[in-house]
Amino acid sequence: MLKQIRDGDWISLVLWLFRAVVILLVLYGTVAKLFFGVGNAYSGRDWANFFISGLSQGSLYALIALGYTLVYGVLFMINFAHGEFFMSGTLTATVFVALPLSASGFLDRTPIIGMMLILITAMSVSMGVALLTERVAYRPLRRAPRLVPLITAIGASFFWQYYFRGLFGSSLIPFPELQVLQGRYTILGVEILKTRAVVIVASLIMLVGLYFFVMRTKTGKAIRAVAEDKDVAALMGIDVDRTIAITFATGAAMAGAAGVLYGLVFRQVVFSMGFVPGIKAFTAAVLGGIGSIPGAALGGLFLGIFEAIGPPLFLEGLGIPGGHQLKDVIAFTMLVLVLIFRPQGIIGERLAEKKA
Amino acid sequence: MPLLEAKSVVKRFGGLVAINKLDFSIDEGAIVSIIGPNGAGKTTFFNCISGFYQIDEGEINFAGHSTKGRSPDQIAHLGISRTYQNIRLFSAMTAIENIMVGMEPRLRSSWVGAVLRLPGTVHEEEEALQEARQLLKFVGLGGKGDILARNLPYGDQRRLEIARALASKPRLLLLDEPTAGMNPRETAETTQFIKMLRDELGITILLIEHDMRVVMGISEDITVLDYGQKIAQGPPAKIQNDPRVIEAYLGRGAAASATIQVAL
Amino acid sequence: MAQFDVRETMRLGLLAGVVAVTVSMVGMVESFNQRDVITRYLTLGQLLLFTAPVVAGFLTVKRAGDRSWRALPNGALAGLFAALPIFALLLLTLAVPTIRQQLVNVSPTLIRILTFDNGQLVGGLLMMAAMGGLGLLGAVVYVVPDRISDPISLAVGWTLLVGLLSEVLLNVLRPLLSREVVRFLFGTRGIQWQTAVIIFLILAIAVFLWRNGGRTYYQRIPRQVLHWLALALAILIVWIPRDFSWLPPSINPLWIKIGLTLIPLILEALLFFSTRSATQPALVKSITDNQLGRARLASRYLIVLLILPAILGVYLTEVVDNIGLFILMGLGLNIVVGFAGLLDLGYVAFFAIGAYVTGILTSTGPLGVAGLSFWVALPIAVAASTVSGLILGIPVLRMRGDYLAIVTLGFGEIIRVLAVSDLLKPYIGGAQGVLQIPKPVLFGFTILQPQHFYYIILAGVFLALFIAGRLRDARLGRQWMAMREDEDVAEAMGIHLVNTKLLAFGIGAAFSGLAGSIFAARLGSIFPHSFALLISINVLSLIIVGGMGSLPGVVVGALVLVGLPELLREFAEYRLLLYGALLIAMMVRRPEGLWPSPVRRRELHAEDDLAMQEPA
Repeated sequence: MLKQIRDGDWISLVLWLFRAVVILLVLYGTVAKLFFGVGNAYSGRDWANFFISGLSQGSLYALIALGYTLVYGVLFMINFAHGEFFMSGTLTATVFVALPLSASGFLDRTPIIGMMLILITAMSVSMGVALLTERVAYRPLRRAPRLVPLITAIGASFFWQYYFRGLFGSSLIPFPELQVLQGRYTILGVEILKTRAVVIVASLIMLVGLYFFVMRTKTGKAIRAVAEDKDVAALMGIDVDRTIAITFATGAAMAGAAGVLYGLVFRQVVFSMGFVPGIKAFTAAVLGGIGSIPGAALGGLFLGIFEAIGPPLFLEGLGIPGGHQLKDVIAFTMLVLVLIFRPQGIIGERLAEKKA
Repeated sequence: MPLLEAKSVVKRFGGLVAINKLDFSIDEGAIVSIIGPNGAGKTTFFNCISGFYQIDEGEINFAGHSTKGRSPDQIAHLGISRTYQNIRLFSAMTAIENIMVGMEPRLRSSWVGAVLRLPGTVHEEEEALQEARQLLKFVGLGGKGDILARNLPYGDQRRLEIARALASKPRLLLLDEPTAGMNPRETAETTQFIKMLRDELGITILLIEHDMRVVMGISEDITVLDYGQKIAQGPPAKIQNDPRVIEAYLGRGAAASATIQVAL
Repeated sequence: MAQFDVRETMRLGLLAGVVAVTVSMVGMVESFNQRDVITRYLTLGQLLLFTAPVVAGFLTVKRAGDRSWRALPNGALAGLFAALPIFALLLLTLAVPTIRQQLVNVSPTLIRILTFDNGQLVGGLLMMAAMGGLGLLGAVVYVVPDRISDPISLAVGWTLLVGLLSEVLLNVLRPLLSREVVRFLFGTRGIQWQTAVIIFLILAIAVFLWRNGGRTYYQRIPRQVLHWLALALAILIVWIPRDFSWLPPSINPLWIKIGLTLIPLILEALLFFSTRSATQPALVKSITDNQLGRARLASRYLIVLLILPAILGVYLTEVVDNIGLFILMGLGLNIVVGFAGLLDLGYVAFFAIGAYVTGILTSTGPLGVAGLSFWVALPIAVAASTVSGLILGIPVLRMRGDYLAIVTLGFGEIIRVLAVSDLLKPYIGGAQGVLQIPKPVLFGFTILQPQHFYYIILAGVFLALFIAGRLRDARLGRQWMAMREDEDVAEAMGIHLVNTKLLAFGIGAAFSGLAGSIFAARLGSIFPHSFALLISINVLSLIIVGGMGSLPGVVVGALVLVGLPELLREFAEYRLLLYGALLIAMMVRRPEGLWPSPVRRRELHAEDDLAMQEPA
């Protein structure tokens, strides 16, 4: 008995304590906030606003998380450069399409066609960058140890960041504002910024679309077959390399679209914009059980909402100053906690088991 | 008292019962084989003994100690050592280094001693090196100590893996298909070698094997597994004629039946 | 005669062209153009641009494997194709003169460089001609027999390298040579063409002679003679008259020079007598001889290392100090990543902890709590880093490799965000950092100049090299490597994974904390932005480029990845772009690194069948 505690099991104890402390802190903060009114007082509408902004942020995370999940599903690899796919399309589309269209007034005259053009550009550039990365940095290393493609992915991430910085400069680039999207909708008595509403709806449509693409189409079936077993899929006549490339492109297209939506909400784009959303989307993918598409969607939404409500709720409740600065800490802590305690995710079980 | 004793061991993976109420024992100094069709749970049983898997029910006792709750490294310290079906050497380390890693349970020196080159540490390392060389020679790999494990030919890798397993001076050696992929001559050599391990070093040997000539040639006792259950147990002569064993093999396709018929 | 595939030629040519256009569009050509390699004749920007067609031409004929003169036009063709993307870029600037609003680095200066100042159309055609010619040159290099092309290309390469590093050379040589000689050799930037020609000729002839019989002559020179020559050279370097103004006034530089000269000579003398004395038992003698012999070999490098700050001057010593700190961190991360196989991306956290602990314990400003001396704070800082290495190690003990990487990255970011946040501001100063960290004082002498810190860092690096080297060759090193190779099997062999991993994290963190502590004292103030993720990536890159698990690799990696960008300031902006590309290229092409760890060969004196030895 004693021997067991000496060997190994003390780690479980430490981890258990760690988890208990985090949960207690969150609970304590929440209780202090809600019942004893520590910190700023928020009305019900404020909370609704936090929730909505979290939801729209979360739907962006969900879109980006899809790329992680898809690639992980087929290659069991964390595509660290995925955040850069997100950035590259948006940046290019902003500079070459959105800004000229906006300057010429085209964007406000025909906003739908204009947005379509921006979206198509962003998605194609993201796909191009993804395909190139896959071809150069990942494909030659299919049979290498797991850490090797992760290292090239880190390399690719930094390469693309600084490549686009070289192309477009290091300053913030404004994303044009659409007149149609100014102002708010009122739904069920809650006011929502139009841009946020558009982001939520557009993301949902894309998520559903992707789900059907993977589940119903022939290409989707090939992707799932490759995810299941590459060798068998190859024997069944599936071009594995091509399918993997398609998987990357699909994820990148979603990321490119997410980038445009990001531009709409934050109205600024810059070369380094991919890193933090990338890590957070990865957190979301893990939360939902990496490899699962609905999991990525739910994980993204959950993370977005948690991140928006967390600082005003329990950080203020704990009396921590400048809670908004610690938004990223919440996300990273969540990532760490999930990877430590439930690496298979909160929802998914299947894929995580398969290739541990 | 048997050296290793398993009592109604159960191991499940989700809904699948990989090992079902298995009773098994092996006496000190014996050579015992486990056979059975693919997927019968043989390697799973090895993994349970060596601590990779925690068993769900039952118990496994080794030399008076329960292995329950013990991690693989603790079980190695108890005196069980193993090889793997698909060779798992430390491929980027040299043959000598592989063997020296195998000696782990017997080494005591600390890293502080290594930094300061304390006499005890230096002495231990030198002895370990000498012993590793002897072991290398013993398995017929003399002079190949500085070759990276991955650069050795297949047969040498198999031998190195056995040498690594022997380095801890185990009381029980688990061999998972030691002759897989060998030609008849190499197989015969390996069979002789296993016998010698028991006869000269007194190591108890438990092996999983598909080659019936090996199994029938050296085992004193054979356990047959099918679907995680023991369907037969006894000396080779008895197993060869056991109708359930023949059925288990013959019911499963021509290749397996051919093997057993050759043996019969 | 080999068949030429025009499509292959086109593919290679266009690929080279895309690379050339890429480096132009991200601004590398323009900013590198400010550095002359050969004064007035060749800039680094042009070198960058023109390497592409040469390589394209060379590869085209190499792929076809044709070594006859008929292959040459094909190389020229590849060069022409390489010029096409640039031509397209030039046309784009004609068609859309405002393109700079989008592509910030497509500047008039760049266009002037790309057109040789001749306007887009004429210049573009000139560029095509030039690149065609260079493609031809590349083909020539392949077609000409190796006997001739090898010495020439080697000599060209080294000449260019010397030109590139002319600033370093100038710094070192200026006090030694008369002003006229310096002006003859060096331009305002880069080397003069005369120098280039001289270096080229010397090198080309030397390589040619070496390849054609020189090597056999060299091998006939007795070892002893070579050793004495090397020693003489080392002593000569020590006696080069230099600037010693940074030495404490009580120390006469002459003593230093004499002392450094005597060290190797005394060792020689000892060795001379120890081999003569017959009184010792054979075994003891062989051990002492061996150690003495090694000390003798090491001493000549050591004396040069010890005199180095006096040769390099303030600025270059500062660069060397930086390299040294990165070597220190690299050695630590090398234990974690290279030996134990745990990809830690939050490694900078321990550097930060070492720096902050030192800062807070020693600062005389408002944030200082103890006002300790550096020498007391240093071990505390190292201990704090070690402990945090262990603490952050515990949660990731049971984690798979790739998750471990992401979680450690998360830790690093959490620590960085916390360092900037208001939460810890009262203790560590938030974004304003910790100021007024006093300089260390040693025996009443204040350690102030980069030259002084050089010795502290050198000692740290030697200590780390020593510890890492001994651990690698011992039981713990084997445990780490076995764990790296196959964690499950390592555990089944009796290795206690928890202890083994924690030791890697702890020792790795200790090295980093040591670096951080010195860093804090050297700068006198620390800010959270000094501890960005980029530092972790930087350290990771240098151990990968050097060779994972290789100690000399860490040094080589740091020299290349930290030293070069510091010397060529134009690189600074493109540092991470190049690191990223390098990481990919190394992993795909040369995963073992520039200086891989040698297969550690055991002395086989006990082995009787040495003949069976074969290289692994």
